[in-house]
Amino acid sequence: MILSVEKLEKQFGSLKAIDGVSFGIREREIVSLIGSNGAGKTTLVNLISGYLKPTAGRIFFGGKDITYASPFKRIKLGIGRSFQIVHLFEEATVLDNVRTPLFARYGRIKSILWSADSYVDITREAIGILKLFNLYDKKDSPAKELSEGEKKILDVAMAFALKPKLLLLDEPTSGVATHDKFSVMNTIVSAIRKEGISALIIEHDMDIVSNYSDNVLVIHEGRIMAEGKPEDVMQNKEVRETILGIQ
Amino acid sequence: MGQLRWRGSILGPRFFVYLSTLVLLLILPLLLSPFNLILLEYGLALALVGLGFNLLLRYTGLLSFGHGAYFATGAYTVAMVGRYIPELYSLEMLLPLSVLFSFIVSFVFGFICVRHTRIFFAILTLSLSMLVFALLFKLYHITGGSDGLYIPIPSVFGMVFNRRPDFLSGFFYYFLVFVFVVGFLFMKAVVNSPFGKALQAIRDNEIRAELVGIRVKRYRLYAFVISGIFTGVGGALWSFVNGHVTPEVAHWFFSGEIVYMVLLGGFANFEGPIIGAIVFTFLKLYAMSFTEYWMFIIGITLIILVLLLPTGIAGGIYRLITEIRKGKTLSGI
Repeated sequence: MILSVEKLEKQFGSLKAIDGVSFGIREREIVSLIGSNGAGKTTLVNLISGYLKPTAGRIFFGGKDITYASPFKRIKLGIGRSFQIVHLFEEATVLDNVRTPLFARYGRIKSILWSADSYVDITREAIGILKLFNLYDKKDSPAKELSEGEKKILDVAMAFALKPKLLLLDEPTSGVATHDKFSVMNTIVSAIRKEGISALIIEHDMDIVSNYSDNVLVIHEGRIMAEGKPEDVMQNKEVRETILGIQ
Repeated sequence: MGQLRWRGSILGPRFFVYLSTLVLLLILPLLLSPFNLILLEYGLALALVGLGFNLLLRYTGLLSFGHGAYFATGAYTVAMVGRYIPELYSLEMLLPLSVLFSFIVSFVFGFICVRHTRIFFAILTLSLSMLVFALLFKLYHITGGSDGLYIPIPSVFGMVFNRRPDFLSGFFYYFLVFVFVVGFLFMKAVVNSPFGKALQAIRDNEIRAELVGIRVKRYRLYAFVISGIFTGVGGALWSFVNGHVTPEVAHWFFSGEIVYMVLLGGFANFEGPIIGAIVFTFLKLYAMSFTEYWMFIIGITLIILVLLLPTGIAGGIYRLITEIRKGKTLSGI
C-alpha cells in the first residue's frame, strides 16, 4: 500500500465530518472518491495532504506515519494535489507554471543570479511534461489565457512536476464543458498511467468514475459506505439509492 | 533551446537600449549644467530605491508604505559615522556599512511584516517607518532631531575632496553610475532567476506556491531584505548629494513619494521605477521653483497619470512602440 488510512476522524465543533474512515491505495492504483455534497470528500483529501489535522486516527504514506506531518513535508515525501478551483500562477507563462515546481523540486529555487532560462535541463523536463499533457503549443501563453479545460490540465501538470507518488485530484473536470470532460480526463489519466503514479480522484460524474478508476470509494456522512470495483459499487443498492438517486 | 536562453536575459532585445543609456550617462557630465547633473544624481540614487521597492510591489505583490525607514537607515548610517566615528568616514567603508545596517533593519521589520499581505502589510510597514521617524525626531541629542545631521564629503581610498560641487560633478558621479549599473544588473538577474520566478509565483498564488514547495513567508522576507538594502544604499548615496539628512526621510510622506515615483514610471515594467525616479526628481524640483503650491502640480500629475497612463511612463512608451510595430506590420500587408 502506498497510502493507508486507519480509523481517521475529524471533528469541527459538534460536527463529525470524518468518522472512523479506513482504506488503502496500492501503487499505480487510481481510486475515485464519490459522495454527495458535504459527505466529507474534500475534508478527507485535506487530511491526507496535511491542510487539516485529524482528531483521531493515523495516516501512513509509503509505510511512514505522516498523520501530523506538515503539508510541505508531505509534498517532499511525494504527495501532490490539485484543487477543485484551479490554482495557477496566472500572470506567468504556461512554461513557467511547470518550471517553478521543478526549480523547487531540484533545490534550484533559491538560485538568485542565474537566469531561469539558463537551466536548460529543467526547461527541457518542463517541456517534456507540457508535451505529456498536450500543452506544449501553449508554453509561451500566460496561464490566464488558457481555456478552463487547459487550466485544469495545467493544474495537474504542476502537481505532476513535483514527481509525486500519489496525486490527490479534487474534481479535475469541474467547470469544464461537458464535451471536453473526457478529453481532459484522457490527458490526465494517460499521463498518470504512463508514469505509474497512484491517484485519489474526487469526482461526481459517474461516467468518468467508471471509465477511469480501478477502484471506487463511496463516502456518506463522514463514513465509508462502499468500496470496490466501479461496476460492483454501481450495483450496490445503498449507493444507488443514496448517492446515485436510482431506485 | 537557443531561443529559450535569450528570453528575459540581460542580452535580450533591450540590451542595445541599455548600452546606449549607459553611454549617455557617461557623457552627460559634458552636456548638463552642474545643477542638472546634481538633479540627475538625486534621480539615480532614487532609481536604486525604486528598483528595490518594485521588487516587492511588482514581483512579490506587496505594497510598502514604509520604505522611508530603510532609506533613512542608509542616510543616517552615513551621518552617524561622520559624526561619531569620523576615522571610518570614507566611501569604501560607508557603503558596506549602509548595506549592513539596512540589512539589519529590513530583516527585523520584514520578519514582522511578511506575515501579512495587502492593506495589513502596507499599514505595518507605514507604522514601523513612523517609529523610526519618531526615534530620529525625539533622540535629538544623538540624531540632531528636527535639525538633522550634516553629511561631510567622504574620502575615497585616502583621496580627500575639499569642495562638494567638485566631488559631485567629478568622481562621485561616475561612482554613482557604477553602483547604479551594478544594482540594475543585480536586480535584472534577480527577477529573471528561479528565485524571481518564486517571488512572482507567490504574488500570483500564495497557496499554489506553498504547494509546489516554496516557503512563502521566507521568500517574502528575502525579497523584503533585498528591497530594504537597495533602499538603504539609495539613501546613503542620496545623502552625499544632499549634504544633510533630516528625519523627514523616514516619514510616511517620503515613503509615499517613493510609491508615487514608481507609479509615475510604471511599476509593471522593470525600467519603470528608474524612469519614474529621474522624472519625479526633475518634476518636483522644477515644480517647487515654479510655485509654492508644487504639491498641487504633483497631485494633478498623479490624476492625469491614473486616468491617461495607468501603466506609467514606461508602460506608455512600450504601448507606443507596440502600436508603431503593429502599424508597420499592417502597412506591410
